[in-house]
Parts: sequence; C-alpha cells; structure tokens
Amino acid sequence: MIGADPAAAAAHPGRARADEPFDPSAAAARATAAILHDTLHGADRGVVVDSPPGAGKSTLVVRAARELAAAGRPLMVVAQTNAQVDDLVDRLATADPDLPVGRLHSSDPHPYDPVLDGHESVRTSAKIADLAGLDIVVSTAAKWAHIKHVEPWRHAIVDEAYQMRSDALLAVAGLFERALFVGDPGQLDPFSVVGADQWAGLSYDPSASAVTTLLAHNPRLPQHRLPVSWRLPASAAPLVSHAFYPYTPFRSGTGHRERQLSFGVASDGSGPDRVLDEAAASGWGLLELPARRTPRTDPEAVAAVAQVVRRLLDRGAVAVSERSDEPQPVAADRIAVGTAHRDQAAAVRAALAGLGVSGVTVDTANRLQGREFDVTVVLHPLSGRPDATAFHLETGRLCVLASRHRQACVVVCRAGVAELLDEHPSTEPVQLGVTVKFPDGWEANHAVLAHLSEHRVSWQP
Amino acid sequence: MSLITTLARMEAVREGRAQPLTTVRHRHLSPRPLAFVPLTTAGEAGAPLGALVGTDRDAPRLLIVAQPRDRDLRFAFLAELAEEIQPYLDSYADEVDLEERKETDPETGKKVPVQVELCADAPQLLVPSTAGVAFVRLLGRSMRFRRTAEQDPETPFPAPARVPLLGRWLTHYGERSRVPGSCLLLSLTELLSRHWATGQSNLEDQHLGSLLAWIDPPEGAPGAEAALRAESERDGDGLLRCPPAGPSTDPAFDNKLLAPAMSRYDAARTEASQGVAGGAARLRLAETELRGLIASQLRPTWDALWHGVDLLRSLPEGARVADRWKRDRWSYTGHRDRVRAGEPPQPKLDDAVTAAQKLAARETAQAQLDAHEALDDPLVMAGRRLAGEAFAGEVTDVEMAWSDAKVPRPRPLVTIRTEDRPHLAERVKLHRVTADGRAQSGEFAGLADLDGADGADEADGDHGADVVEGPGDTDGLGDTDALSHAHGPGRALVVRLTGGMGRGKEPEPGTVPEKGDLVCWTLFEHAPRGGPELPDVESTPWTHGGPPDAAAPAQGPQPDPMTEEDHL
Repeated sequence: MIGADPAAAAAHPGRARADEPFDPSAAAARATAAILHDTLHGADRGVVVDSPPGAGKSTLVVRAARELAAAGRPLMVVAQTNAQVDDLVDRLATADPDLPVGRLHSSDPHPYDPVLDGHESVRTSAKIADLAGLDIVVSTAAKWAHIKHVEPWRHAIVDEAYQMRSDALLAVAGLFERALFVGDPGQLDPFSVVGADQWAGLSYDPSASAVTTLLAHNPRLPQHRLPVSWRLPASAAPLVSHAFYPYTPFRSGTGHRERQLSFGVASDGSGPDRVLDEAAASGWGLLELPARRTPRTDPEAVAAVAQVVRRLLDRGAVAVSERSDEPQPVAADRIAVGTAHRDQAAAVRAALAGLGVSGVTVDTANRLQGREFDVTVVLHPLSGRPDATAFHLETGRLCVLASRHRQACVVVCRAGVAELLDEHPSTEPVQLGVTVKFPDGWEANHAVLAHLSEHRVSWQP
Repeated sequence: MSLITTLARMEAVREGRAQPLTTVRHRHLSPRPLAFVPLTTAGEAGAPLGALVGTDRDAPRLLIVAQPRDRDLRFAFLAELAEEIQPYLDSYADEVDLEERKETDPETGKKVPVQVELCADAPQLLVPSTAGVAFVRLLGRSMRFRRTAEQDPETPFPAPARVPLLGRWLTHYGERSRVPGSCLLLSLTELLSRHWATGQSNLEDQHLGSLLAWIDPPEGAPGAEAALRAESERDGDGLLRCPPAGPSTDPAFDNKLLAPAMSRYDAARTEASQGVAGGAARLRLAETELRGLIASQLRPTWDALWHGVDLLRSLPEGARVADRWKRDRWSYTGHRDRVRAGEPPQPKLDDAVTAAQKLAARETAQAQLDAHEALDDPLVMAGRRLAGEAFAGEVTDVEMAWSDAKVPRPRPLVTIRTEDRPHLAERVKLHRVTADGRAQSGEFAGLADLDGADGADEADGDHGADVVEGPGDTDGLGDTDALSHAHGPGRALVVRLTGGMGRGKEPEPGTVPEKGDLVCWTLFEHAPRGGPELPDVESTPWTHGGPPDAAAPAQGPQPDPMTEEDHL
C-alpha cells in the first residue's frame, strides 16, 4: 500500500471535500474535456481512458468520433463484437443523422443489425473499398485484421480495449497512426483456450490485454479515467468502487434519493419477497440458501432465482429515476439474470419458462458485459461449489455481475462461501514480469460478500 | 472437467477400475517410437542423473552421470544422448513424398503450385510424464546455444559434436508439443488420461504408476488399492516398490542408496587420479554400482511406459488422426529444412509476431482437435451433446423451401426429434457431416410441434414446416425462450439447411437427409479457420514495441551483468 489507504478513500470518496458538494456532471465534463483535448490536440500517439461500469464510455466514444470527424480527420473505430459495433453505429447515426458512417461487416448471412438500414447516412459493406472516403468506418477487430493494403487512417478509436487481446491489436495496429483506447479495466480479462504461460511476463504477451501491451511499450501515454458512474445507484457505486477499483475510486452520478424501487403488492413473507424488499430498500439483497455442495445447475438455487424474478414481476415493481418524472414499471426487459456458466443460464431460462416468465435476459457474465438493466438477479459464481478455481474467482466476472443494475441487485447463493474462500486462497503462480493485478478475485469476493451479508435473507425453499 | 468426464470418474470409483473416455485412439502412435525416460538430480536444477533411451523395449540404452555436479560428465552424458537420439531423428529425414503447395511467386505475386518435400513419416518421442516433456524443453534450451569446436574454434568450453544440434531438435519437439493434438513428443500420462477416466484426481493421474494401476489393475485388486500401492508402497528398506516416473527421484533412494554410492565413486575417482593402487578398479566398480542403482529406478518406469503403449495400441486409431499426424510430418520436415539451410538455433524468446502467430495456430489446432475427436468418436460426441454443444436424433420431417434471392437457393427445413438439450438460439449456425463425409451447414430455425404437444403456437405458414419463430434478436445474445416451451423428454428442432447441397437450384441427391435418417448436428465448426495474417516482424507496430532493433545481436540480449548477489 502506498500512502493513504485507498480502500477507505474509495468507501467515502465524498468526505475529503465535504465542504464542497460533489458535482458529478462537472467532474465528468472536466474529465471528458481533458480526454478530448489530448485526443484532438495532444502530441502522443495514444490516449488511454479507463471507464468504470456505466460511466458514459459509449457517449465518450460517440462524442470523440464526431469531434474528430468534424475536425476533418477521418477515423476508424475498432470494437470487439458485432453487437458493440452495431450499437455504436446506431448511436453515431442517431446523434448526427448527417454524419457519413461506414459499417464494415463480415460476409456471413445477417452480418449486422437491420436497424442500421434505417439510417440514411450509414453505408454497410463487406469491402473496405466501398466505404472509402467516409468520415467514420466502424468494424470489429476481427474484421479489421483482414484489411490489407490500405492507406493507414490518421486516427482510430479502440473501444473495449481491455477486452481486446494483445494479438488482436497487433493485427490491426498497422492500420492507424494514433488512437484513443477506451475500456473498463475491471471487467473480464481476455482469455485463451490454450496455455500461454510461455509468454507470461513478456511485454507483448499475446494473451494479455491490448492496453497492457500498449502501456508496456509506451509507458508515457496520457491515461485518463471517467470519475462518475451514471448507471450504478448511490447504493452500489461505493461497493463496486471499493471492491473492484480500489486505486481508482469513482462515484455515482445520482444521489440516494434519486433512484427508488417499490412494489405495488406487499410482501407475502416468503424468502424471495423478503429479499426483494431488502433490495428495494438498500440496493442489495442476498438470498442465502442452506449450505450444500451441488452440481453447477443447483436445482434449488436455480428455482430460487426464477422465483425472485417471478415475484419481482408479480409484485408490480416500479422504479423512480432521474430519467423520467413518473415512476416507471420494471418490465421483464429491464431485468437480467446473470450466471457464471452457460448451462446455469440454460437452467434458469427453463425454470423461468416453467413459471411462465418470458422476455427476461438470462446470460453469462461474458455476454452481459456492457449491458444495463434496472434490476439484476445473480446466481453467485461460488454458490454450492466444493472448490474455488481461478475461473470462479476471477475479479472481472463478479464485477460484471455486480455492476449491471440501475436500481438493485439480488444475489442468490448457498451459505458457506466465505469459508470456501478461506479454504481456497488464490494459488495462481506468480510470473516474473507480470504486473500483479489488484484487487485479486479472492479479496474482491470477500469484500462483496462482507457487504452482502448485511442484506442477507436466509431462506429454506 | 466436462460432465461426462465427471460421470466416468464416478463410475470408475464405483467399479474400481478406470472407465473409457473414448472408443478410439485420438493420437498417432508411431510403430517405432523412441522412448526416453530421464531422471534428474535432486537440488541441482536441470542436472541429468541418468536416462533409459531407445526404440527397442527389451534393450534400452542406459546412460548415467555418475557425478552430476561434474559438468564434464554431464557433457559426456549429453553427447551419448545425442549419439542415441540424433540418428533416430535423422533416420526419417530422407524418405520423402512430394506434395503440391501453393506459394506466392516473388516476381509476379501470384500463387503458383510448387512441388515440395514432405517426409513420409516422422520420428516420435515418448516420455513418461508431463514433467518429462518439460525436461526435454529444458535440455533443448541448455544445449542449443552451445558451440562445438568445429563451429567456433575459439570457444573456451566446446560442446561435443551433435549436442547443439540435438538441442535444437529437442527445442523443436518441446515447442511442437504445445500444439494441441500434436504427436511428435507425447507423455504417457497425458495420453492415457485422455483415453481413460480414473477414480482419482487429475493431479494423482500424473503418477504413471497409479494411473496404470487404475486402467489395468493387477488381478483382483480394486483400482484405488492398486493405485495407493503404486504410489506409496515401500519395501523393507524403505524404498518405493514403484519408483516415480521422474524426472525427480525418490528422496529415500537419494539418501539411502544414491548418496553413499556417489561418495564411494568420488573417493575412488580421487584415488584413481592420484594413482593409488587399485583405484582404477574401484572406480569401475563404483560406476557399475551406480549404473545398477540408477537402472533400478528407471527400469520400472521404462516397462510402465511400454505397458501404456500396449494399452493404447489396443485401441483402433481415430479416422482423422492421420490428417493431424500429417501436420506433425510438416512440422518435422520444416525443421529439417531449417537445419539443412544452416539457420541459427531458435531464439531465446519469441518476438511479438511469432508469439501471436503461435498462439493463433494453437487456438485453431485446439478447436480442430476438439471437433475431430467428437466426429471420430461417438463417446466424445456424447460428451459434447451432454454439454449442449451438439444434438443427435431422427429426422421426422423434411420440407423443401428456397431462399428469396434472385436465383433461389435450396433451403430445406429438416425437423429432428431429439432428447438432447442443445444451447440453441435463433439462427445459431449448425454443422454436420453427411453420410459420404461431406460438410453441411445449417441454422437453427425454431421448434416444431411434437405430435400431440400443445402450447406451441401454430406456424404462420410462411415456412411450410411447423416452425415457432423465436424472438427476433440477431445479436447472438438472444435467449432461448422459444426452446422453453417444450419440456417433454423429446423435442423436435427445425434446422434450415444452408449449404452442402451443391450449386444448383435443386439440392444434389443424397445431400438432404430423409425422413427416418439419424443425424447429428454440432454447434461447433468442424474446420475452424485460422486467424488473420499478422504483420511481418520488420513491421511490428508501435503498440508492440516497433520493428526489432537491427543493431541487436541475433542471439538475443546480452546476459545479465554479474552482481554482488551472484556470488552469495
């Protein structure tokens, strides 16, 4: 630890200047202005922006792209998935309907979201030549990697750069002269299905994240961060900041009163209802089932998750937020269920269908990255497990699951995870030359559990 | 660990013997492999103690280092090792097939076919355990940068001839063994645990003796008991009955037998060098004693290794193993050519581009291996089906349909009744192999009404078949609400065929499954594409450190300077 305890500062980021009220909009605007200044007028070849969950990363990318285009500097944008690319193009075209945007896509059938066809200024093609001369061309890293023999762009924006692997950056970096790298360092790290230990510690380890390699070779690049999460409510930002971003704390953009969740129907006293009440009151709820070792698709835990979602809908949840003056009903499309594994997601889907619920997003942490909901219900990655492997301890997995919500998050878990963690300290070998990442998953898990235990509802289904 | 492996392990516990994970052998086994069983010296990183090596199971060659702290003796050992292994490696170099390959003509830039040599077979190295593979790499690293007197007359400590060359080959084999599915260098523990599930943990499976005890337990003994004996049973002198497969030795052996014998050897050597009468004879005696001791530790592992080979040979080879072995032959031929062309030894560290290329190649190889194994082996495919990555069933209906394109293409809808529960969403791509071995692609089109089932909506007629359209999200994140309607043991899934039907408006005969056919669709690709082309090393981008410094020595950076700590 260096200097003051960052964790304490993160837990109470407002205290240091209690006399001066924190103005989230002003703080965010200052950060954005500095980023845009470095991007448009800086001398460095790269600018790195760290963004905590829901801090307006997409808004920043759209704004930076428009300003670069307006300055007469055509640019390429690199995102990681087709869904991200489509979303970005849609945002760009919505923000400025006259902006010529190219969507470079694969030659597969249904290569992009048909929504893009509704924008007049968006041109789509699988060939880069068709998009020549457009102000902005957007595509996935995988597609860009196949583009050869073109004049390099003077500018690029690399979105979700922390989820991009170093080797993917290697394949596209020849296409641009300078770039703005934007991403969330707390989400899931890129991974490889084969071992890559032999390159661990090398500055260009191909399995590391693009930003790690970039900064290892260019340590002097300006690094910025967005200081305000607009998604996370005031109840969640301190915990997520403290547990996952101990050295780079952030605040929520809204105060405690601005977001509220309430129900039209009173509690029936059951576990799911009590945990929903707790979550509505405090932003967090832990539905704790009796300790037991179970298969991954623990039928009781899966049923409990489905039951919580069912009750959430049945009780007519309504949410108050800064987005509208009237309380808005929390419909199925504003609810997500997050799991660690695909088979768990499949089991939850089946259980929800069994209760007649449809339209709720159920997916793994990997696929929920970058998405936002009012209420999330999470099946804890360590629930019912006999061991805590590196996969289940991964910081990013828990961070994604715990930071998708605007109102409240309910975690369903078997008792005994704290003991499980104590029995399984992380055993990953320390590799020479690899920067140790803080916090490690073990510590982050404990921090989250400790907080959740204050909002525990024990339930025997 | 997949669910089916967990089940197999539980069965193994119940049955008291290992259970098969496969019905065929998924790795190539050479008819004449070279077995290499090494031992290292405790407390002396990378110092070999001895090895059994050879292609004849009844006549291995025993090599020992009588005093591992003596570097001259170590070199002598490596020279002998090279004498044994190098001729074997070379013996495959000259018998070649001619293959046609497309290469870019440097003048015209066009792809032109050229005839290239491909070695008809390749040498295969077998070691007992993964630690043995790591030791092969270590030997390679320690040998390949040595210089022989012939290469450099000035070198102060010239290495024996062939030692640097063997180092390069061992490095190549060690590196190749990191490619999933490659078979140039294999460890028996990995081979056996790929094909059988034991009732012990993965960690315990790394003990060759206990692994074999589960797979082929001695008459009447339950696997767990036999494994325990193999791991820990000691004789009256406190020595393990089944010595470890190495390369580490058993400490009891080191302390009780090896250390005293080495002391006797050292004493005799001193006497012999001082010309004491009978010293030379005592030295020979001491060396013979050491040879006997080391052989006693090596021989059981040598026999276990061949026992494992026998077990594996009893399995028929998978249909696609030969395809993958051909890649190993290319790898061998490629290295042969590099050595012949006088290229320098492999660098200490990969550069950015090479590392990325290797990683991409290995990821492709892994995906290909997973697909090959499943296609070659119904038991492996069953595991993928259980994991929701494939489904098999009977075709209950085929409805012809065409695409909306100007020239309509056949897009038949095939209904399959299955009890599998694949992780499907609308438009998920599907793959299968037709009866005559051709690849066919399709996409998931929805659920069909099972006879008599209710609850599913009627189809709207556009598609002919009774298709219930799922939610129309195309972002790949789609949930599978469509699937959730059917809860019975059997479900009917509709697959729209999208390829593998020839070029015409009508599908070629035999390319569309017929009612009553048994088909198996997978969600994974069968011939995964490799990654994109990466830049040349000379054009490494600024994000990755830029082009390599032309002034830097080709041999890599200079060794670290000596510091005070080096002499502690």
